[in-house]
Amino acid sequence: MALRGDWMYENNGGTCVAIAGIDYCVVAADTRLSVGYNILTRDHSKICSLADKVVLASSGFQGDIRALHKNLAARHLLYQHQHNKQMSCPAMGQLLSNTLYYKRFFPYYAFNVLGGLDNEGKGCVFTYDAVGSYERVGYSAQGSGSSLIMPVLDNQLKSPSPLLLPARDAVTPLSETEAVDLVKDVFASATERDIYTGDKLEIVVINASGIKREYLELRKD
Amino acid sequence: MLLLVFGLSFLSFFPSLSLSQHFAPTRTKPHHRISVSLNLKQRKQREEKRRMMMKLDTSGLESFSAAVPSAMAAAEDQLFAPPSFDLPAGCADFDKFQMEAKQTLKHAKGTTTLAFIFNQGVIVAADSRASMGGYISSQSVKKIIEINPYMLGTMAGGAADCQFWHRNLGIKCRLHELANKRRISVTGASKLLANILYSYRGMGLSIGTMIAGWDEKGPGLYYVDSEGGRLKGNRFSVGSGSPYAYGVLDNGYRPDMTVEEAHELARRAIYHATFRDGASGGVVSVYHVGPNGWKKLSGDDVSELHYKYYPVQPTPVEHEMVDAPPA
Repeated sequence: MALRGDWMYENNGGTCVAIAGIDYCVVAADTRLSVGYNILTRDHSKICSLADKVVLASSGFQGDIRALHKNLAARHLLYQHQHNKQMSCPAMGQLLSNTLYYKRFFPYYAFNVLGGLDNEGKGCVFTYDAVGSYERVGYSAQGSGSSLIMPVLDNQLKSPSPLLLPARDAVTPLSETEAVDLVKDVFASATERDIYTGDKLEIVVINASGIKREYLELRKD
Repeated sequence: MLLLVFGLSFLSFFPSLSLSQHFAPTRTKPHHRISVSLNLKQRKQREEKRRMMMKLDTSGLESFSAAVPSAMAAAEDQLFAPPSFDLPAGCADFDKFQMEAKQTLKHAKGTTTLAFIFNQGVIVAADSRASMGGYISSQSVKKIIEINPYMLGTMAGGAADCQFWHRNLGIKCRLHELANKRRISVTGASKLLANILYSYRGMGLSIGTMIAGWDEKGPGLYYVDSEGGRLKGNRFSVGSGSPYAYGVLDNGYRPDMTVEEAHELARRAIYHATFRDGASGGVVSVYHVGPNGWKKLSGDDVSELHYKYYPVQPTPVEHEMVDAPPA
């Protein structure tokens, strides 16, 4: 609903979360698509599987998100043709950052979380802003419910900053099942207090044996 | 607020170099500005209103000369006539002006970074907080970027702008090395960056960076920003916490410090800035650039530094609280 002639964005809401573990990565997003106070659909996936070890979840303006996912999938295909292998998660992280920054003066309205396994098989999560600034972190939440979810994740998962010198060991991370349970809890709480989050939760787990998908019903009100 | 901003409020800036054309984002008119389109009649009405508002109504200021008898009034008119002036061209609409001013200042570069040259090289220090409006989006951002093993850049302003253009600068520096078989100087590197930012001037990039390094001429330090400015200097601090950092830094600076003293000075300066500035915080990183390149000296959590500098004093107890005897 554009009230002004040249306001070309729309916020379709939704929340995305990703948690990195020792040898797994959990990426989750709700499936509600809204415009203002209307819910357009309860069954829209925000998660895109880019490579066999890389998964991207984005919230924001779905038009831009569709275009962005398509763009990245095409670039990944080109990479595979040129290099005869799949893209690693850090490589895709850099590619996404550059893709977002190339549209610095007409940005993709997409708040992204990229999750996967790095070259050593450890979980890795990259978090982005709308114009491509990115950082590798242990966990992240983006989207309308992010300010509700991040404090809880900080409380449960926060580890000493990688910038500290002398470096400190990160706190023992959670197991895969514990991380998935945490994600479910956190989304249930966010659904209570954020109108744009709810309906259904799609959880994707990436580990050495591949990508696994799971669904959880959330509140539909 | 879409953009992640560093204290410098992290983070707003094409020469005809063909390489940068390839790597740089397409320069189109910034579409994200909201503007209201009006039809011709409305536009004419607005113009008239604007013209009418050009002159201030100063009748309220004439009360003094009106109270005086007319004989004196003529003479005093010349002495005490209220000054009348045209409003500056830019602010015809006073109501909108404040909003527009806030818009231009919105990306206050929320961060604290500093760098200074002393006899033993260059010290570079920064905090690690990134904020998006009032929300802290990260406490572990790397604001000191390693361009190459002997040159560092600091980030303030738009995070994405700084990250992208510093990486681009690193690529250009490497290409220079390959083309000329020698390392690029700090002067050269800062000029490359400044020229790029100048070509994007006015398009909304937000970058306030310092390029520090050691080249054949010794230690070098330049401040470069997205307005196109480039300054050579011995001491700089950039960001919303910079006034606090300057206070500590300028007070304790001596050119003949040892590396340890300089390290502690830089760490202290950033700590004090994070203490008083809400947009700065996280971890203080301090680097030293010497003749053999840069080395990270320390990374300390700011809240731990606080208790190290100001340990909790046990308060003297006046009255001991004793448990009530069981009834």
